[in-house]
Amino acid sequence: MLDQRDFTPVAEGLIAGTAAEPRLIGSACRACGTVTFPRQASCPRCTSENTEERLLGRRGTLWTWTIQCFPPKSPPYAVPPGEDFEPYGVGYVELPGEVRVEARLTVSDPERLRIGMPMELTLVAAPGDAGTVTFAFRPVEEEAGS
Amino acid sequence: VSGDVAVVGLGIHPFGRHEGVSALQMAAFAARRALDDAGIRWEDVDFAAGGSDAGGNADTSVAQLGLTGLPFINVRNGCATGGSALTTAHAMLTSGAAEVALVVGFDKHPPGAFNPLPEEWGIGSWYGETGLMLTTQFFAMKIQRYMAEHGISESTLAKVAAKAFANGARNPNAWRRRPLSEHEVLGSKMLNHPLRQYMFCSPGEGAVAVVLARGDRAKRARAPVYLRSVAFRTRRFGSFEVFSPSIPVDSAPSPTTEAAAAAFEQAGIGPEDVDVAQVQDTESGAEVMHLAETGLCRHGEQEALIQSGATEISGRLPVNTDGGCLANGEPIGASGLRQVHEVVLQLRGEAGDRQVPGRRRVGFTQVYGAPGVSACAVLSV
Repeated sequence: MLDQRDFTPVAEGLIAGTAAEPRLIGSACRACGTVTFPRQASCPRCTSENTEERLLGRRGTLWTWTIQCFPPKSPPYAVPPGEDFEPYGVGYVELPGEVRVEARLTVSDPERLRIGMPMELTLVAAPGDAGTVTFAFRPVEEEAGS
Repeated sequence: VSGDVAVVGLGIHPFGRHEGVSALQMAAFAARRALDDAGIRWEDVDFAAGGSDAGGNADTSVAQLGLTGLPFINVRNGCATGGSALTTAHAMLTSGAAEVALVVGFDKHPPGAFNPLPEEWGIGSWYGETGLMLTTQFFAMKIQRYMAEHGISESTLAKVAAKAFANGARNPNAWRRRPLSEHEVLGSKMLNHPLRQYMFCSPGEGAVAVVLARGDRAKRARAPVYLRSVAFRTRRFGSFEVFSPSIPVDSAPSPTTEAAAAAFEQAGIGPEDVDVAQVQDTESGAEVMHLAETGLCRHGEQEALIQSGATEISGRLPVNTDGGCLANGEPIGASGLRQVHEVVLQLRGEAGDRQVPGRRRVGFTQVYGAPGVSACAVLSV
């Protein structure tokens, strides 16, 4: 799967798949089934060290959200202060039966976000670093309308 | 015996901005005030614990206080630093390893939001680079979900902030001393939906010290306020905490819920007995949620409680009577002990313009920090 990748991710070990159908790389505990993101070598629930890589589902529902209205401090933010800042959405998306993943949202208009709305994984340009991408969730309706 | 330990001395360096004064100088100032208040000398103290996040090592304050050879444990536990230091000193006293302890918390942060680095929190650098490493986002997303689940209004968030600034105006040691109306709070800049500028505390500066004593040393004190219990917990799997790239689908109780329950159980005192409470209010939403997590009210009950004024100084359950983090700012290491300082002042009846009227027998404090630590204490006269 990794060799099909047609994008440069912001970090290795986070995103697999293709730009059209990206997948998050998580892990599942072989002992208790707990799913985590990013992948980790031990289980935070049962402490087992027997985990395996798992590509997470691409669709879920918005569990909570906010809009980042001010520029984060840099570091750690990749964009130095003083450059144009556009507010961005952030949320947790619940992937059914797996895990709730924190991510940027493609939507930054609070009127277009509501808890429970269907969301889908996509890629967006990573802040500050031309050419790399990071993961984000977009409303499923947005795709239908585009 | 845990019922044997009392707070016998209080010292505070005013919160705010103090150019040219180091965090360690503020710590030494607060420590000397606490020793004076207790009527003892530094040589009488046989154990100390303290800490800051960015203000230096607590134990180096002995260079200013005196080199007496006492054991001094440094604590660095995020916003729960003061609570952790208090827990440590309480354990030393109840175990009989010490008779008189000094606990000190202090800090000095530059203006603006904190900028923690992912690597120090066990997270990849991508998390910070892509704009997810902000405590304010977490607070916003936690209250956003909570408001939807429990029917909390934006007006209630604003009322919490307005109360904090009203109380701060009556506190000579507070940083923000100008009252702000609910309307002004709701008119301030949106930072992270649904939280606006005046609903957040700001990183600041300050120091607090308390002297604890046990046994006869406590009984002989001028106005002992007994530390009935102190409980400290970290997060369990499933608790929604700051700096979490993912959280499990099944939720677990927060560390505050567990620490509060343990503190009340150890004290043999229930939340319904509390006359004055200090809960972590890094932003308005935190005060709302912590009120229920601590057991001081039921989930969802905050809406009516806060709208009716019950948490104001004159209300049934006064909360954050000194203005909390919102009016005092957040010097990380100092905030937990500021809560204890305020509760002891209130229970002594020495809180001046902001003294709660009526019965004052039981006080409660709750401090919370990243990445999911909480310390709660029950105090009574």
